[in-house]
Amino acid sequence: MSENKFEVKDLHLYYGSFHALKGITMAIPARRVVAFIGPSGCGKSTFLRTLNRMNDLIPGVRVQGQVLLDGRDIYAPDVDVVALRQRVGMVFQRPNPFPMSIFDNVAYGPRLLGVRDRNALRRIVGECLEAVGLWDEVRSRLDASALGLSGGQQQRLCIARCLAVEPEVILMDEPTSALDPVATAKIEDLILRLKERYTIVIVTHSMQQAARISDYTGFFLNGELVEFGPTGTLFTNPRDQRTEDYITGRFG
Amino acid sequence: MAVTTRRGFQEQLADLQHEILRMGTLVEETIDKAVRSLRDRNADLARQVIAGDDRIDQLMLEIERQCLELIALQQPLAGDLRVIGTALKIITDLERMADHAINIARTTLRLEGEQLIKPLVDIPRMAELVMAMTRDALQAYVKRDTGLAAGLEGRDDEIDNLYRRVFDELEELMKKDPGNIRQGLQLLLVARDLERVADHVTNLGEWVIYMVTGERRVLND
Repeated sequence: MSENKFEVKDLHLYYGSFHALKGITMAIPARRVVAFIGPSGCGKSTFLRTLNRMNDLIPGVRVQGQVLLDGRDIYAPDVDVVALRQRVGMVFQRPNPFPMSIFDNVAYGPRLLGVRDRNALRRIVGECLEAVGLWDEVRSRLDASALGLSGGQQQRLCIARCLAVEPEVILMDEPTSALDPVATAKIEDLILRLKERYTIVIVTHSMQQAARISDYTGFFLNGELVEFGPTGTLFTNPRDQRTEDYITGRFG
Repeated sequence: MAVTTRRGFQEQLADLQHEILRMGTLVEETIDKAVRSLRDRNADLARQVIAGDDRIDQLMLEIERQCLELIALQQPLAGDLRVIGTALKIITDLERMADHAINIARTTLRLEGEQLIKPLVDIPRMAELVMAMTRDALQAYVKRDTGLAAGLEGRDDEIDNLYRRVFDELEELMKKDPGNIRQGLQLLLVARDLERVADHVTNLGEWVIYMVTGERRVLND
């Protein structure tokens, strides 16, 4: 077993009086792809957002339990949330490029962190666009607006923007649900390449996608993590009947 | 422009075909050794063949697991699906071919130290043809060569003719002297095993044709 990036211990989350996550305990291994599946409202996206404290932004949220990143609790009082989100980046369902040039989108994070040198920025932008397979498609129009790119290109740009601040973990919340099959395949290939360097946690409505790209899969239901294990095992021989019912489509 | 996506999956498919070839090569060696053990009356070699069967069975189970996992995880379609379906069928044929080779090796042990009732002529000839067919079936699989696969049909007929000849000859010997019956039956079973191996080889050919074209063709009626 490789080292664990995250260790989550008896994590509970409440939206006001609603008990959204019920005692989640699990470990996320480093440089692997971990996928979470489950019906809408099961808590998988909420859980994803606990990993970089995105839920802090929602009023009335209360979190109990521990989320250890490299052994340190990210909910400890002295934690710098901005620094945390630099280490644990996020990509959302709808591509959300900033309304600025392709170059500036990728350079945004590094500039925020104080990188001013033009050559350094050019190098970072080039490397990140290369890493997401976008460089050859956009190299001649780096100054063009990012909003002119296709949906799939925009999503890869958002991943490049995320890579530009050198994160360790990338959280992806249904990153391909707004994309066509070809753009989806490109993102999936990209995820498989990125796991050599990054830990990737993905929430997906497509369990086929979870099957194709993840090393470990977790099944959430009603705020519980029903089952978590190697993807091959979960999809061929799940331990819990509820998992079997869900993945075979015999659900409610 | 052909965009290569799903590289990981394509690599897994290539791995799978590599494993099939590994199993095929092992089975081919097993048949070869089994027949040599009989021809050369080499009991040690026969025992080696019998001991090697576990490895082939293990390999079959491993490939089977790989296939089912690919189906579950990768949702293969069209040509990709045929590659996996073909793999699942081919390993059964290969495994049975090995079982027949084991039978031949067992016969070698049963006849250990006995004087043969006749020199072995047609049985080694059958074995040679079966070996060549096996090699070509594997070659057809690797090269996706449907012509080579289809050519196995006529060669199976040749095996069937040889089998009938061996049958008649042994029947004569047994009629002449009931003392020949025990060995006659053993040798007949060997010929039968070889004939069955050839049938499985034609199945391999059928699966290669299916994998490449999507059409089921009967090579052995």
